[in-house]
Amino acid sequence: MTVAISMTINGQSVSADVDARTLLVDFLRVNQRLTGTHVGCDTSQCGACVVHVNGKSVKSCTMLAAQASDAEVTTIEGVANGGELHPMQAAFRDNHGLQCGFCTPGVIMSALDLVSVNSDPSEQEIREWLEGNLCRCTGYHNIVKSIQAGARAMREA
Amino acid sequence: MYAFDYKSPSSLSEAADMLQSSDDGVLLAGGHTLLPTMKQRLASASDLIDLGGVSELRGISVSGGQVTIGAMTTHAEVAASSEVANAIAALADLAGGIGDPQVRNAGTIGGSIANSDPSADYPAALVGLGATINTNSRSIAADDFFTGMFDTALDENEIITQVSFPIPDAAGYSKFPNPASRYAVVGVFVSRSSDGVRVAVTGAGPSVFRVAEMEAALADSFSAASVAGISVSDDDLNSDIHASAEYRAHLVTVMAKRAVQKAGG
Repeated sequence: MTVAISMTINGQSVSADVDARTLLVDFLRVNQRLTGTHVGCDTSQCGACVVHVNGKSVKSCTMLAAQASDAEVTTIEGVANGGELHPMQAAFRDNHGLQCGFCTPGVIMSALDLVSVNSDPSEQEIREWLEGNLCRCTGYHNIVKSIQAGARAMREA
Repeated sequence: MYAFDYKSPSSLSEAADMLQSSDDGVLLAGGHTLLPTMKQRLASASDLIDLGGVSELRGISVSGGQVTIGAMTTHAEVAASSEVANAIAALADLAGGIGDPQVRNAGTIGGSIANSDPSADYPAALVGLGATINTNSRSIAADDFFTGMFDTALDENEIITQVSFPIPDAAGYSKFPNPASRYAVVGVFVSRSSDGVRVAVTGAGPSVFRVAEMEAALADSFSAASVAGISVSDDDLNSDIHASAEYRAHLVTVMAKRAVQKAGG
């Protein structure tokens, strides 16, 4: 079955006819060519596919594109201001918060959701919030530092 | 996934009609069990009926000594609700410990209980508080709702609309989470009210169950010491790569003690 969907992605209105089975992550990557959102485990555990739907972080591998119809979707591509990195992105660069970088888009989208509900998270709160984001390189230490620095920069912005 | 027709009703009655008229219709709530299962082709549907647009199924209200939560209310909404936290802090605490933040932003109370996963958290709260499950056709007591592993008293075309929790005098929930999934290896919910004491265990058996011996001991004296010497038999408990039945039986007593402590006992 084909379904007609429309949504706003990073501020732009998008409409398409897709197979009802299309996952949101595949719609973003294949149809919209927004390949910053990654597929890691494809089983809703690793968090590489985290995007925002109506301002809340979700795993786009476990959501149909049709479920996001009429929603506001933000991906990692919608975070920077033109050529200027978002303070959270800059914090990851400044604090060596990534190594291979595969998990980073999902971690940043998750971190931005955390800051939206808790502007000054403690190290413990950050570590608990990252329960749904797996990183196989860093051991998380610099990710936590990056998120603390990013949250600070966002408070001061 | 096997092919399906996607339906997006905007009202409960429309959803009920779609379910009734479909060959093998399945309701889609938060989708965090259903979609992964469909991706593995372990589940299929002729029609996938998405309840995401049915606004009457969302929301939280507190009145008349009851906390009432709409079936499509997410775990994150329950966890963040000051109304829930003020009335039954243990319930908000339980919702805030399900899965991870993204799972909590999508998963719903109705979807969780309809699935009746043996390791899900919510069944412990429903049975531990003596909740009532309201559907589009009747009300079902939590004690009668969970009938087995992935099995409930719901009829084929029945839709959960809301869950009502009586506000207890005290309640606590403690779980030993699977470190990867945060599902409960064992979780125990304890409550004390004028109707008595309830002790409900999830994760340990095929479905949530009460421990009458612990309830009686806590009715006499509501303290962790009262349950410290009471253990459940491991005869019918779950055994898998995460924990043996014997270990789960041990955890039931440990989690019960911690739950009672959280409830102030």
